[in-house]
Amino acid sequence: MNGWALFVAVFLACVVEAVEALTIILAAGTAHRQWRSALTGMAAGLGVLAVIVAALGPALTAIPLGALRVVVGALLLIFGLQWLRKAILRGSGHKALHDEEAIFRTELAAAQAAGTRSRGGVADWYAFTLSFKGVLLEGLEVAFIVVTFGSNARDVPLAVVAAVCAVVAVAALGIAVRAPLARVPENSMKFVVGVMLTAFGIFWGAEGAGATWPGADAALLVLAPAVAVFGLVLIALLRRVAPETSAPVPASAPKEVAA
Amino acid sequence: MITRLRAFGAFWYDFVIGDDWHVAVGVVLALVLTYVLSVATSIAVWWVLPAAVLVLLPFSLVRVIRS
Repeated sequence: MNGWALFVAVFLACVVEAVEALTIILAAGTAHRQWRSALTGMAAGLGVLAVIVAALGPALTAIPLGALRVVVGALLLIFGLQWLRKAILRGSGHKALHDEEAIFRTELAAAQAAGTRSRGGVADWYAFTLSFKGVLLEGLEVAFIVVTFGSNARDVPLAVVAAVCAVVAVAALGIAVRAPLARVPENSMKFVVGVMLTAFGIFWGAEGAGATWPGADAALLVLAPAVAVFGLVLIALLRRVAPETSAPVPASAPKEVAA
Repeated sequence: MITRLRAFGAFWYDFVIGDDWHVAVGVVLALVLTYVLSVATSIAVWWVLPAAVLVLLPFSLVRVIRS
């Protein structure tokens, strides 16, 4: 159960963030056709994320399990509730749906207005930094999910494999389509990730703080569906008081690139 | 230097706490309550965090919608 849940949660979280990062990289590369600079920025961002996971993963697994579960449970629960809240607000019409094509147009216009400038051996510094920041900021939360989820389940390598699979899948799709992946059901995926992070956060946090779950690990089989049903009930209730117009607009302004 | 440190702190605050600090505080309080009850009493305490989520999530949603 833990292995599959770990893989699915990390894979979905990583797909969502990778789709958003891909939109930024596409805009950076398309603006001045400086793909090498944009791809170098992407590689640099992925490199920094790999260093963070490589450094934090082993460090966290060295912490006693009880203490680790309290800290990680709290973090996962806070992250999970944030993801869930955004998904519920979008699902109920209180927040605009994420529109990758609109975000792409906004980023592209900003990149074209910025002009090209070479620096430090990089032909297009703007494309490099835009790509680097996009990958790093979008990926940072996933890196945290990888190390916290992975270390608590005592299986960081599996979490890393899930993240790499997601990045490869999104990159392959991006190369094939050569356009923002607007059809990926980001909100539904965000909802599922929010449910899983919240359920595991509740489970590990309570266990670390001294609680004993009825049925031990099997309690997760009740917790996760219960959180999902609660989320769906909240969506249904909030839809009744949703504003009439909720046309999709760029949900992620250039400044706000995290989840 | 101070500006950069502030920006660094603000980034991590936003990253960990998010846009509603009530949720983070509520989670920490629920964990403390779980620990205190588990140490001081013999009652089952697994229900504290699920109960906290039942309160915190709608509370946070209502706050966002009203604002």
